[in-house]
Formats: sequence, structure tokens, C-alpha cells
Amino acid sequence: MSDLLTIAGNTYSSRLLIGTGKYKDFEETREAIETSGAEIVTVAIRRTNIGQNADEPNLLDFINPDKYTILPNTAGCFSAEDAVRCCKLARELLDGHDLVKLEVLGDQKTLYPNITHTLRAARELIDDGFKVMVYTNDDPIVAKELEDMGCVAVMPLGSLIGSGLGILNPHSIRLILEEANVPIIVDAGVGTASDAALAMEMGCDGVLLNSAVAHAQKPVLMASAMRKAIEAGREAFLAGRMPRKAYASASSPLDGISR
Amino acid sequence: MKLTVNGDTLTLDGTTIADLVTQLNLAGRRLAVEVNRDIVPKSQHDDFTLNDGDVVEIVHAIGGG
Repeated sequence: MSDLLTIAGNTYSSRLLIGTGKYKDFEETREAIETSGAEIVTVAIRRTNIGQNADEPNLLDFINPDKYTILPNTAGCFSAEDAVRCCKLARELLDGHDLVKLEVLGDQKTLYPNITHTLRAARELIDDGFKVMVYTNDDPIVAKELEDMGCVAVMPLGSLIGSGLGILNPHSIRLILEEANVPIIVDAGVGTASDAALAMEMGCDGVLLNSAVAHAQKPVLMASAMRKAIEAGREAFLAGRMPRKAYASASSPLDGISR
Repeated sequence: MKLTVNGDTLTLDGTTIADLVTQLNLAGRRLAVEVNRDIVPKSQHDDFTLNDGDVVEIVHAIGGG
């Protein structure tokens, strides 16, 4: 079945986007990501350790940029200025690669997005030629504004980053989906496979997660579960679920029973 | 010359960004470099001359969500 996710003109057969943080080591990162089937992989941009350990392994030796679409994110940025600077460094680092995940955070306790700074940074990045996939809250008005501005994907939170609480307000996500003309990707909050499946059954275009896999007891096995959940949820969405009813409806004919 | 590199003071024996990268044993790595908050493209690292007091940032990709 040809059912591709299109982001900024590029197509992907996997609808799972996965982070590379919080794994035990790079080998586990590589194995989990490979198992997940994800084609888009997020990374963070940070200061290089200097003065020691010249042979320290590098993430991009394990996650090959020729094989995966590397999505640098601005996680850890608490202002529009810092986020824009981070994206420019990422573009230089990745030889002109201009697809970025914009995430401007509001405070340490909730890591909730700071929307005023997010809007400002998105504007500036788009004007500078970046293709912006934007982390936002589950407010349908803000989501629409980010789309209208030219973001290539809008990524509302299911719940707080790293919380594993799942999709706390599916009604808001549904409102966002009803109006969207760009991919809507649930980003943050997924705790286990059923959370990811729910997002896809609702009609989301994809799911971005990290902790649910990295912090599972067996990350590689959870990566496999997520792959299947995303595929199952997507197929269920495309199949169209039966209506909910208040009373029973027999699956076997009630006539012709021997008496 | 004295530089501030990723927040630490450092004495550079050479003159260019390429010299700095070599001195730090980072040659051949995938990096991005800023000098006084302006990005200096990789293609200019061999020729870009640093000055005493410059503030340099060197970044790379790490795991993140």
C-alpha cells in the first residue's frame, strides 16, 4: 500500500519520528532507531567537549546522515534568539540542511512551549529559508497560525515532554486536525504503544517520540512495538472505525437456531 | 593569542580556525564554528584568521528528542 508521509516535498514511508536522547550508549541508539523503522531522526546541537578525549565517539558515526533525515532540534532553547542561533549552527553543521525542529521552551518544570517566542522564531527562520517543523501546544488557533506562517509541519504535544502521560486532550488534537493542511505530528507525551496508536487512529500524520523508547526497560523491543503501533493506528484510521453504539449488535445471525 | 572557546580561556599557538581545530584534536570531525557570534563556514576554516580576545563556539550533534 502506498501511503506516504510528505514533509516539505520529501516523502517518507515511516510515520514514526524518533529522538536520539537518553539512550544507554550510541550502539543502543543505533539499534533502537533501526528497529523503529523511523526515517527522520532528531538530534541536539551542543558545545563540543574540548581539551580531552579526541577519540570520543560521535552520534553521527552511528546515525548516518546519508541514511536518515537528520532533524536538528532547538530543545534547551528558552528564547527565540537562542533557537534561531541554534538552527543556523545546525545548518552549517549539516552542510546546508534546512529542515529543523523548532522548540522554544517556557520553563524548566513543564518544558511547555513559549508560544510568543515560538511564533517569532518561526517567522525569522522561515524568512531565512528554513523549513520549520514546529513543536507547539495543543491550541488549534496557534496551530493554524503556525501553518499559515509557512511551517511545514505542526507538532502539538500530547502531554508534557518526557512525561509519558499519553494524549491528554484528544479533543484539541482533533480540532487541530480538522483545520490542518500540513502534517500534524504528535510530539511529546507518548508513553507506550497504545498512545502512539491512538494518535494515528485519530488521523495524525505521524508521531515524534523519544523517552517512551529510550526509557523503556527494553528500548529496542519498545522501538519495535512503536513501529507496529504506528502502522496499526494508521491502517485503522484509513480503514475507518465502526460507529460506537450504546447497545449490543449480534455478529452471528439470530435466526435459524436449532430448537 | 588568548581566545575564549566554549566558555573556557585557551591559548592558540597558530592563527586560523583550522589551527584551533587541530590543536583541539578535532580535525576531521563534523563541527560548526562561530566566532564572536557569527558562523564561519567550513570552507573558510583554513583561511579565517582569529584575533586575540575572540569568542569562539564549536558545536556538534548529540542525542536529543
